[in-house]
Amino acid sequence: MGIAFPVPDQAIVARRDEIIAGLSRLVPADALVISDDERRAFETDALTAYRKMPLAVALPSTTEQVAAIMAYCHTNGVKVVARGAGTSLAGGAIGQEDAIILGLSKMSKVLDVNFADRTMQVQAGITNLAISDHVMPQQFFYAPDPSSQLACTIGGNIGMNSGGAHCLKYGVTTNNILGVRMVLVDGTIVDIGGEAMDAAGYDFLALIVGSEGQLGIVTEATVRILRLAEGARPVLFGFATSEEAGACVAAIIGAGIIPVAMEFMDKLAIEICEAYAKAGYPLDVEALLIIEVEGSDAEMDATLARIVEIAKQHGVATVRESKSAMETAAIWKGRKSAFGATGRIADYICMDGTIPTGQLPLVLRRMDEITKHYGLRVANVFHAGDGNLHPLILYNVNDPEEAHKAEEAGNDILKLCVEVGGCLTGEHGVGIEKRDLMRFQFNEADLAQQMRVRSVFDRQWLLNPAKVFPLDGRTAG
Amino acid sequence: MTALIPTCDDDIIEAIRLARSERASIAVEGQGTKREMGRPMQAKRVLSMRGMSGITLYEPAELVLSAQAGTPVAEVEATLAARGQMLPFEPMDYRPLLGSTGEPTMGGLTAANLSGPRRIMAGACRDSLIGTRFINGRGEAVKSGGRVMKNVTGLDLARTMAGSWGTLGVLTDVTFKLLPRPETTLSVVFHGLDDQQAVALMAAALGSPFEVSGAAHLPVGIDRIAMTLLRLEGFAASLAYRAERLRGLLAPFGRCDIIEQAASTSLWAQIRDVRWFCEPRSEAIWRISVPPSKAPAMLAQISAGRRIRHMLDWGGGLVWISTAPTDLAGSELIRQAVRQAKGHALLVRASEGARGTDGTFEPLAPAVLALSTGLKKSFDPDHVLNPGRMYSGV
Ligand SMILES: Cc1cc2nc3c(=O)[nH]c(=O)nc-3n(C[C@H](O)[C@H](O)[C@H](O)COP(=O)(O)OP(=O)(O)OC[C@H]3O[C@@H](n4cnc5c(N)ncnc54)[C@H](O)[C@@H]3O)c2cc1C
Ligand SMILES: Cc1cc2nc3c(=O)[nH]c(=O)nc-3n(C[C@H](O)[C@H](O)[C@H](O)COP(=O)(O)OP(=O)(O)OC[C@H]3O[C@@H](n4cnc5c(N)ncnc54)[C@H](O)[C@@H]3O)c2cc1C
Repeated sequence: MGIAFPVPDQAIVARRDEIIAGLSRLVPADALVISDDERRAFETDALTAYRKMPLAVALPSTTEQVAAIMAYCHTNGVKVVARGAGTSLAGGAIGQEDAIILGLSKMSKVLDVNFADRTMQVQAGITNLAISDHVMPQQFFYAPDPSSQLACTIGGNIGMNSGGAHCLKYGVTTNNILGVRMVLVDGTIVDIGGEAMDAAGYDFLALIVGSEGQLGIVTEATVRILRLAEGARPVLFGFATSEEAGACVAAIIGAGIIPVAMEFMDKLAIEICEAYAKAGYPLDVEALLIIEVEGSDAEMDATLARIVEIAKQHGVATVRESKSAMETAAIWKGRKSAFGATGRIADYICMDGTIPTGQLPLVLRRMDEITKHYGLRVANVFHAGDGNLHPLILYNVNDPEEAHKAEEAGNDILKLCVEVGGCLTGEHGVGIEKRDLMRFQFNEADLAQQMRVRSVFDRQWLLNPAKVFPLDGRTAG
Repeated sequence: MTALIPTCDDDIIEAIRLARSERASIAVEGQGTKREMGRPMQAKRVLSMRGMSGITLYEPAELVLSAQAGTPVAEVEATLAARGQMLPFEPMDYRPLLGSTGEPTMGGLTAANLSGPRRIMAGACRDSLIGTRFINGRGEAVKSGGRVMKNVTGLDLARTMAGSWGTLGVLTDVTFKLLPRPETTLSVVFHGLDDQQAVALMAAALGSPFEVSGAAHLPVGIDRIAMTLLRLEGFAASLAYRAERLRGLLAPFGRCDIIEQAASTSLWAQIRDVRWFCEPRSEAIWRISVPPSKAPAMLAQISAGRRIRHMLDWGGGLVWISTAPTDLAGSELIRQAVRQAKGHALLVRASEGARGTDGTFEPLAPAVLALSTGLKKSFDPDHVLNPGRMYSGV
């Protein structure tokens, strides 16, 4: 397939034994993964079409161990790729032959919970869901909820500035992180932000969240936790056309209503998810909206009545309210397993562009034309309220020609997103996947400024160097 | 000092080019309303953004607005109000506190990351900021972010501009997410609590499911009896319900009253702008950001060594202090208490001398200061833009 990796530094590869010996003096033996078999588990992430065997994998269990590893690698010019759970869809956690993978999976503890200040301190390797689970008995939760939340880590969420279905109301990762403890490339430990609502000086958190492992290794995070709403109720709205569904979303927001979630699925996505989750999605419609509202029963009734009224004006064909916690769970299970369920019927690549919501009808039509042109099928699921699209392009990974076409179609779709005023990635990150498309969104001055900032943290570009910035025309220092 | 009033990117680029060639610096301003804040600078020229004004994009159905940096905040707020929308973060107006005149601009609001009481629910200015365009200190036009709600493409330089006080670039355009304006609002008010009780009450309210959009405490000294206020926003039926539930939940803190819409709205505007501390003008004003539960002990520590007036917003997370003109000892007392409470302080109002010697921003840890110096250099290698406004060398 089409994405290039930098040529490995053979001098480093040749020093593999020496480097492993050096690292083994810094961390316990069970914190190093060296054998071919065990390293293979770290060859790729959720962009499985690409694989690179890392030099070695280190799995430290303290910030101090991370600092020691970083200091060693810095002194020895060894590249480092941070890794949480390896669920990146953009290839962000894929390593390279001349780099070690630094996995945070052993650092998964909750360090402190402060209900009065509504903050929680956790280690970077804790899973997103484990954070919420920890405070669920007290009816609190951590808001950003990527569909991969059972597996993905807060460190990875910070790396990608991840979102989720409920971000329409509660914001994405960057809006929910108050502080991090981070190890810089040379092993220096820094605390950025903290438990207060903002930090002194420059907003470094803004840079760190979404930096894809290129500014430092996050070992701890202070996150904002929120009290759960009294109740939440998703409602299914089926439409005869995608255009009607899109117009309905715009009208709801235009009417001053911000539901907690507004998720869109097209016919193919509905079929795939229903077959998997048996959520009771209507199969006789072209487009489905899952709209969730929160509050007391009376508040939800009132808000839903207004939404149903708007939906009727937009020709809604079916309306089905969840009547029980079980139904609610099934409705969300269907949506949240959209990628997994699709993976059961075909290989897919998942796009992640964002568009101005007003452009939805146009973009849906053009995406259809694009995929037809390449002779491929696409299933559409997306966060309709904020215009974040997830077209899943189906293909067969064992058919190189089709794989190539799928990548081309994906690129065309992302260019389309930028053309209509949107961006390449709304929540999955650039990784290797969109790296070579960055010039469609940014000009040289834009990219150069980003690269100079990156160099402030990592002058030699040792941290996750194959990602984000096109391989040619890189400016350091 | 000469004033430059650019009307396009090229004017700014030319001004920066000239400044670099002369090794001179430029002070960036919107309309000068926060001129009294930050460390004083010796700038050869002032770049006033008032010539680059106007809303460039407003899509109510997409909840997004872009404006040129010199656009008056008032113009944006009026335009939004006409369509039942608002800037989510309720920016404060520093003019009463600083005694300044002129119209606050969208660029100044962004550069200062101005955020008011609704911050506890809707986030700060930086949370709603989704895109910026700016001219960096190398004289290059740079964009980051855009006009869509979710965007993780590349490093988030856009948000980094928030709170950078014009030291990284001259903002030319800013784009914000918006919120629908709530149908109505009211406040639930409790009387006679001390700081400790008030912060506990506000924590209980903010930890409830009843969506409190403002939580402030006005201690004795602001009025004869202390007031602890919880603001609710939304549609009428929901407000009545939530107020009733809060009354029940917070019964241990005593009886409460309801302040209806108009009175509540004007009271929160006063809280937002810290109206009670405008006079006497000779007093120094500190703005302290702190984990809310640590505020009472911090205040006790400060008031043991110094006569102060104070008030709390953000459930206790934002502490305003008014005190006698700052001297070194006074500053050190406050800074130390703030440090112990894991917070940070900004000296908002003080004589030029005090701002110059003490610095107005919270001192940074050495590693963070090193990163700050590096960041400044990566945007503005010759220290042309607002040099030293935040930190010496930055
Ligand atoms: C089925 C499925 C559904 C998904 N749904 C969503 C969704 O709804 N929303 C969404 O936003 N994403 C989604 N994703 C994408 C992915 O789960 C997120 O990007 C997630 O945040 C990655 O977390 P991770 O722990 O797996 O990180 P990894 O994949 O291991 O790493 C991601 C990036 O972060 C960096 N990184 C990891 N840990 C650290 C650290 N401690 N310090 C510094 N850098 C670090 C890595 O170097 C890499 O660049 C989905 C993925 C899958 C497979
Ligand atoms: C004639 C004159 C002489 C002056 N002489 C001095 C002097 O000798 N020494 C001195 O220290 N100050 C002086 N100033 C004030 C100085 O220019 C301001 O302190 C500074 O420019 C801040 O602007 P502001 O107060 O307008 O803040 P606001 O407009 O309220 O802005 C607040 C912050 O945002 C920044 N900002 C505003 N707009 C933008 C934008 N578009 N892009 C990026 N950042 C922005 C400002 O720099 C400031 O940091 C003078 C001003 C004038 C008009």
